Amino acid sequence: MSDHIVQPRVYYIIFAILMVCTGLTVSVAYLDLGPMNTVVALAIAAFKAVLVVLFFMHMKYSARLTWAVIASGLFWLLILFTIMGDYLTRAWQPFGSV
Amino acid sequence: MLPEAVHQHHPPALAHHFDDLEQQREAATLGMWTFLVTEMLFFGGLFTVYMVYRSWYPDAFAAASHELIIWAGTTNTAVLITSSLTMAMAVYAAQTGNRRLLITLLIVTISLGCVFLGIKAFEYYSEWVEHHVPGLNYDFEPAYFRNAQIFFSLYFLMTGLHALHMIIGIGIMLFMLWWAVRGIITPEYHNPIEIAGLYWHFVDIVWIFLFPLLYLIGRHTHV
Repeated sequence: MSDHIVQPRVYYIIFAILMVCTGLTVSVAYLDLGPMNTVVALAIAAFKAVLVVLFFMHMKYSARLTWAVIASGLFWLLILFTIMGDYLTRAWQPFGSV
Repeated sequence: MLPEAVHQHHPPALAHHFDDLEQQREAATLGMWTFLVTEMLFFGGLFTVYMVYRSWYPDAFAAASHELIIWAGTTNTAVLITSSLTMAMAVYAAQTGNRRLLITLLIVTISLGCVFLGIKAFEYYSEWVEHHVPGLNYDFEPAYFRNAQIFFSLYFLMTGLHALHMIIGIGIMLFMLWWAVRGIITPEYHNPIEIAGLYWHFVDIVWIFLFPLLYLIGRHTHV
């Protein structure tokens, strides 16, 4: 896997998409979508993060071993969120309580 | 082969314990990613605390979030994304051996990092004036008085740790700038810029998640 030089054009396109997504996430926050507000905000954030990792951080052009390390890290993060996400299913206090 | 002969044949940027530059580069990238994965789980723990408390006190979180300065958060997001672009371009400049461009881009990246911290400092100052600092200078509308403190505590903890990472990042970039000026960075030895860039982009990603979760959750309910 030789060293890959990413052309500036790619960086400019990714930058433009990231900026548009930032505007989008702020605009959507002012609409009342109920619980979907958080879902949409996190979906946009995750999309932006993936673009940064793949292109700015060159994961797309990285060795397989690097992919494995990143994937394993995400896997453990997922375990953490899934276990603690159990809280979301319980509603020990009625939702909407202060 | 005699040791002298070995010395004559390897490029000056190659450390002895690597076969070639490509292996050296991959090892450096892998090492940095291993560190970033630990950082990911470190911040992941904080996001988990946020998730649990927000599920308990959604209204207090929304009310407290609404008090944050939206334009400052949005501007800072744009500033960080722009700094990520200049950082990525700095890697390109290093790879193609354009030292003048590399130095310029590193200076711009450092400057944008300082702009981010400046706006953040202004926000902290405003929050102090508005009595939004739990334990030191705090007051809030009675309905959410108690639980809004949890939001603000998490806000200061998470943005504070992020700001600390920014300060460290600026330190690393100053170091890279020094190396670029001294001519240590060459197309065959651009790893340091690449590795420093990975850290910079990671800190940007943390902010990409912090911004909507801290600034945007109360916008549609509390006008």
